Amino acid sequence: MDKTLFEKIWQHHLVQELDDGAALIYIDRVFLHERTGSIALKSLEADKRKVVSPEHVFCTMDHIVDTVIGRGDNTKVPSGKNFILATREACIDAKIKLFDVNDPQQGIVHVVSPELGIVQPGATLVCPDSHTCSQGALGALAWGIGSSEAEHALATKTLRVSKPKTMKVNFNGQLGFGVTAKDMILHLIGKYSAAGGAGYVIEFGGTAVDALDIEGRLTLCNMAVEFSAFTGLVAPDDKAIAYLKGREYAPKGALWQQAVAFWQSLYSDEHAQFDKTIEIDCADISPTITWGNSPQHACAVDSVVPFAPADATQNQLKALNRAYEYMDLPAGSALKGLPIGAAFIGSCTNSRISDLRLAAKVLKGRKVAENVNAICVPGSTTVKRQAEAEGLDKIFIAAGFEWREAGCSMCFFAGGESFGYRQRVVTSTNRNFESRQGPETRSHLASPATVAACAIAGCIADVREYL
Amino acid sequence: MEKFTVHQGVAAPMLQINIDTDAIIPSREMKLVSKQGLGEGLFAGWRYTLPNGREPNEDFVLNQAQYKNSSILLAGDNFGCGSSREHAVWALKEYGIKAIIAPGFGSIFYHNCIRNGILPVVLGNDEVLGLANHVEKDPQTCQVNINLLECYVSAFNTDHQSTELEATDSVNETLHFSFSILPAQREMLLEGLDGIALTLKSKSNIASFKQAYQRQYPWLA
Repeated sequence: MDKTLFEKIWQHHLVQELDDGAALIYIDRVFLHERTGSIALKSLEADKRKVVSPEHVFCTMDHIVDTVIGRGDNTKVPSGKNFILATREACIDAKIKLFDVNDPQQGIVHVVSPELGIVQPGATLVCPDSHTCSQGALGALAWGIGSSEAEHALATKTLRVSKPKTMKVNFNGQLGFGVTAKDMILHLIGKYSAAGGAGYVIEFGGTAVDALDIEGRLTLCNMAVEFSAFTGLVAPDDKAIAYLKGREYAPKGALWQQAVAFWQSLYSDEHAQFDKTIEIDCADISPTITWGNSPQHACAVDSVVPFAPADATQNQLKALNRAYEYMDLPAGSALKGLPIGAAFIGSCTNSRISDLRLAAKVLKGRKVAENVNAICVPGSTTVKRQAEAEGLDKIFIAAGFEWREAGCSMCFFAGGESFGYRQRVVTSTNRNFESRQGPETRSHLASPATVAACAIAGCIADVREYL
Repeated sequence: MEKFTVHQGVAAPMLQINIDTDAIIPSREMKLVSKQGLGEGLFAGWRYTLPNGREPNEDFVLNQAQYKNSSILLAGDNFGCGSSREHAVWALKEYGIKAIIAPGFGSIFYHNCIRNGILPVVLGNDEVLGLANHVEKDPQTCQVNINLLECYVSAFNTDHQSTELEATDSVNETLHFSFSILPAQREMLLEGLDGIALTLKSKSNIASFKQAYQRQYPWLA
């Protein structure tokens, strides 16, 4: 019988069906970070349990660590140093490979894992971080879990999982000028709501996904969780294989040949049945930006803040009215031209080298508008080095951007740095939740190219006028 | 882990859709490398008048006298979406929330609830609204009853002990709703099971699986 890609990976990892209806699934790799990993490791130790396969566990410092140049263990996040010290100590005790604060390979987990070839097609990978779905871009089954489940994976090499339903999302046609993977996923969530993927593992496909490079696919899969999906993934193709070749943790020699032969069998069979299918015509996707406090509040950059639909439920109206009020944007307001106070390029969604190249293309020879606080945080130290080798840092700095060390940085506010009270920020991150980037900060999610254009304009702008 | 079988208590409505885990526990409130000490930070952005302040915002539902001692939340769709932070569940638990009733939940949040003995109940939008209308009459006496043994939720009035209240706004329908939950999750909550201990019973299965797996996929060994 024809199988979906997900079904194949599931079957390869099925240790046993459990009496209670769940399945015991074998976990190939666990990634941790200092925010939630420290707690999982500490709790495991308190329960006198061991990490059973430390050689398959990796950890990075990304969430709390400072991103200012010259950083160390001290953090702007109050008590952040405790997380860093606890993580370092726990990793040493458990013999876990740690990408420490000033390690040349340090960076955001979902940037580091692909660029080092730790995540691989057909593998299962979990991390106590919701954006682990990003890593499905390489054809892995990768999903975010809580700390307790991380403990379970560390102590047993398995997870007890209830099988999700399957969804195929096809992006058909070609992307228009100035439209990126970020616009694709914002468009999808805007159209089908932030709960549209609930209960599903989503395989992204179609001509526009085939045409994306791996970094674009990482952006696309990154926000599957913002669609409330169990996770997202893309079937590994020649691009995925070429991407992995030669990376530090990718297989080498004879094992590489063997792995590639296997990876080439990882696709959904022609007549595989999905529980649900969504077709998107890429001709409908414009450069997209969010206007509200949920990723589903996404619309074309040249449109207006939408009015409540006639069939909105009471609870939907509550949320919409709250969003208008919180963002200080009544329905019908034009987005283009709305003044901003800050611009941020970074995060596991959009901080890879291709993101920085595109933003630099917009910024080259231009200046950030007065009164706009513009910051760029590369996703990993490796990305930062590469960008500097290409001279991109000079373009960012000449334009008026601050150029930082790698980490999650101001994607979220943890009591340290923030964009300021009620500041309006255009950001290449994934969450525009209330107070996400600072106290009552008003975040507008967009592609890094759009963020760059807005930084220049000093207001929400259409990137197509800057490319 | 604490067992969940039946629970009856004051229920607070927070019906807007998409309440995310950043709202449930802002990152700035996660100060310790610990699962403890998070109750005070629960809904901090809405619960207090100022960011980082502790002066109660009287408009926030859980600060209102009639919702004192709430142990159940009635929520909108996609409650707990966003960040995987289990701190959201630890904060709810420390505050005293035993169950959340909503049309849908963020997937990771849902699993985090199960792992910590909090019952997430999925009911239809209208059913949640029906319960909200019931409790809003007088939250302290018009309570909600949840039975995981028989998988139903019902309205409950403490003035009429053990009788289920009839809805006044619908034609002779009692507010009594069945819900479904996967057997694995129901059992975990009913028995207060430790998932790791349970899985370690399959230790030899896992070991032999691992051996065969590593032979077949040696590059992942």
